[in-house]
Amino acid sequence: MTETPPILEMRGITKRFPGTVANDGIDLDVRSGEVHALLGENGAGKSTLMNILYGLIGPDEGEILVDGQRAVIRDPTDAIRRGIGMVHQHFMLVPVLTVAENVILGQETVGLPGMLDLREAETRIAALADQLGFEIDPRVRIDQLSVGHQQRVEILKALYRGARLLVLDEPTAVLTPQETEEIFGVLRRLKGEGTSIVFISHKLDEVLAIADRVTVIRRGKVVGTRIPAETSERELAELMVGRAVSLVVDRGQSHPGDVVLSVEGLHVKDDRGNESVAGVDLEIRGGEILGIAGVAGNGQDELVEALVGLRKPSTGRVRLAGKDCTGKSTRDMRARDIAYVPGDRHRFGLVLTYPIDDNLILTAYHEAPYARGFLRNDRAIGETAKELIPQFDIRTPSAATRASALSGGNQQKVVVAREFSGVISLLVLDQPTRGLDVGSIEFIHKQVIAKRDAGAAVLLVSAELDEVLELSDRVAVMYRGRLVATYDAEEAERERIGLLMARGEAALQDGAGAPVGVADP
Amino acid sequence: MSGAGDTGSRNDVRAQAGGTDPLAATAPAAAQDRDNRSRPPSGRPNALARLWRTSALPVLSILFALAIGAILMLISPVVTGKGFQPTLPITAYGALVEGSIGHPGTWFGEGGNFNALANTLVQAAPLILGGLAVGLAFKAGLFNIGVAGQFLMGAFFAAVVGARLAQVDTNFAVPIALLAGALAGAAYGFIPGFLKGRTGAHEVVTTIMLNSIAALILAWALSDLVAATGFSFPRTGDIGNSRLPVLFGRNVHLGVLLAFIAVFVIRFLLNRTTLGFEIRTVGANPNAARYAGIRPLLIVALTMSISGLLGGLAGAVQILGVQGFYAVGISANVGFDAITVALLGRSNPLGIMAAGLLFGAFRAGQGLMQINTNLLVPVEVIDVIQALIILFLAADIIIRRVFRLRAAKGALEGEVRTVTQSWGEQGAR
Repeated sequence: MTETPPILEMRGITKRFPGTVANDGIDLDVRSGEVHALLGENGAGKSTLMNILYGLIGPDEGEILVDGQRAVIRDPTDAIRRGIGMVHQHFMLVPVLTVAENVILGQETVGLPGMLDLREAETRIAALADQLGFEIDPRVRIDQLSVGHQQRVEILKALYRGARLLVLDEPTAVLTPQETEEIFGVLRRLKGEGTSIVFISHKLDEVLAIADRVTVIRRGKVVGTRIPAETSERELAELMVGRAVSLVVDRGQSHPGDVVLSVEGLHVKDDRGNESVAGVDLEIRGGEILGIAGVAGNGQDELVEALVGLRKPSTGRVRLAGKDCTGKSTRDMRARDIAYVPGDRHRFGLVLTYPIDDNLILTAYHEAPYARGFLRNDRAIGETAKELIPQFDIRTPSAATRASALSGGNQQKVVVAREFSGVISLLVLDQPTRGLDVGSIEFIHKQVIAKRDAGAAVLLVSAELDEVLELSDRVAVMYRGRLVATYDAEEAERERIGLLMARGEAALQDGAGAPVGVADP
Repeated sequence: MSGAGDTGSRNDVRAQAGGTDPLAATAPAAAQDRDNRSRPPSGRPNALARLWRTSALPVLSILFALAIGAILMLISPVVTGKGFQPTLPITAYGALVEGSIGHPGTWFGEGGNFNALANTLVQAAPLILGGLAVGLAFKAGLFNIGVAGQFLMGAFFAAVVGARLAQVDTNFAVPIALLAGALAGAAYGFIPGFLKGRTGAHEVVTTIMLNSIAALILAWALSDLVAATGFSFPRTGDIGNSRLPVLFGRNVHLGVLLAFIAVFVIRFLLNRTTLGFEIRTVGANPNAARYAGIRPLLIVALTMSISGLLGGLAGAVQILGVQGFYAVGISANVGFDAITVALLGRSNPLGIMAAGLLFGAFRAGQGLMQINTNLLVPVEVIDVIQALIILFLAADIIIRRVFRLRAAKGALEGEVRTVTQSWGEQGAR
């Protein structure tokens, strides 16, 4: 086993930031042709370690060996030269350029001096894509590709530059379950061809599915390395969080009350004018959670936006506690005790340049006690922050810290803290735990159950099928703008719902069995 | 990639080191533990450190620009065959200081002479008002290049109304004439705001157009509608009793006081009122604003109107306090200098006040500089220095490199985003 040196060895890497040690003597070795997962909570130091490897920041102590040779990596150019490629969580692609143009960016092939030879590049990229089994046309513009395909372009980019070690930073955070499966296929193929992969994640099931070895980091230190066959989700979660974590939500019994939200024949158009919600009927009672499963982009966003007043429905009725409130503004809806955790916390949920205290009152700034007439009441705002920060375990040096300085998990807790405080009749959750670590997910799930038990009607939209199945009292599947089936929690089978998500009603006609309530065709 | 993410993980790790776990949030014992975890003193940096962090870059940019201005002064006589004059920059900057603040020695004692300082204040007043106009728009994520046009509108209407009220009681004439100018500016600012809200027309494009429209319409209106008789060029009549009262010194008029009051009014508006919160939220994240129940289109139109009001007031103050009449081409620089002032002041009202005073000082002192250097350093050098200041502010990396400044976030971060954003996504809103 030890004939060749590992392709990468990091020894005693230490990186201190003012007031904290982000990496504390980390050792990591990656063997040739292995998928090595780096597992840890948000803020555990995974990204810092990989940024050191890629030359984006310098370590205070420690050394890096590539192929057994000491390597000094001062910047990404050094890293690329040594065969290290990185695919960032947020893609570094130019949307208006083609695949080929993006891939060769910075490494342009030149025909005549000063003239770009795109044809040559396209041929080479097509060949490379072919070899990997990617169906990608190098002449297509990036903004016409799905997120999953954009990620492949990022991978192509790294391989085109001769990467032998590929670092993927949370590659599945933005993908649908299907796309995740596909990218795993790609990674396995790459591995088969001898490429080594560092796979950064905090998702236990994925790590177990793809990795050859798993190194767990907690608070800047390596707490263990495991082989998937000899470990379990439970053990990894404990290593990662440092205590026993309950991976399954204890939902308890629901006690549905009166109908809170009722939606009839709702049609909603998206920004391009396409009808993305095409006739949705649903009812949610107080004290129950309706989960909507579905592959992202099947109209969930538009449905949610129409319910909370961010988007006007073209036809249909929305009633809250029996009162018609179709097409009311966001503010009107909020006045009826709707709370809403948006799917994209950076776009909607937070003002990143604002301190935490301002973000905590973002949707109530105009009401007492936060406003007195046209004046802000800074004292009341401060008191609310003082109350909510510990209550929701938002980890921050102070209430005046900018939201942008928080980790993703803590940012989400700010949103949840704001939306979950106060009286709630209807709670709309769009991807409430996207990109969060197990500890934070557990915390937020408990809060959701608590709100349900307090009598709120909860609508949960999530691309994480597991999350929908665990939390929901009833599960609906959304496909091409319609709810194609609704099941009670006990009858919701993972398999069948997965099929419905992928193929809609067609899946039912293949004899998968009739659900309790099929939506009217 | 590195910046924000790193800080994030840092905070998290620090918090974790305190020994709380997410589960315990509801347990009282854990709450206590969390309090012990302490608010590090670094939570809110002390006032002095904060001042340095925000002002280091502008101050260094000014010094850099002055240094390059000095080099220019050394080179230019050599090029034009007047020989090498090593003391020229000292003479020039000395005169600039003397012309803008005078000799401190003459301030005190019998009949103290504050004339130079007074000139600085008078020059600064419209720049501060105009700078506030641009800065407020920046806060809402808008780049109001149209202050020049709003200034002209304010100047014109203040002049016309002022001339009409030339004979009535000054206590009546002055506020009405000021109001006329301010409202004209507000109306002219509302147009691009409304267009942006309704149609998504980018305010940079519309305000540039509206600047030309204002200049040309007013030129026509002046000569064909309101020109006073008995002058060799088209101008409005005498403002008589509408002239702003002089508060102290030879020429420090009411408009100077108004400019300083406006600084604190806008500061109060932005920081203490719900409207200010709405303006800042729309500027920082229009999507989050919509989500919070704010109507961005309304705020955009309102902000542009207030911005225009300030621009119009700047024009009114210049006419009623200094010029005395409206003619084509007066104070044409103010509208654009206001952008520089806002950028240098980083859209902060107090910063704008400081930047406005500095540029007022430049304008007040430039004449003496030209005279004392025997025309070897012409007033245009001041324009070069102003331009250089903006260059260094925008290309802040130069200053950072030289001074190894860790001023964390970019100098004009928000403003540059405003200037550059949404060009590719016209009409998306």
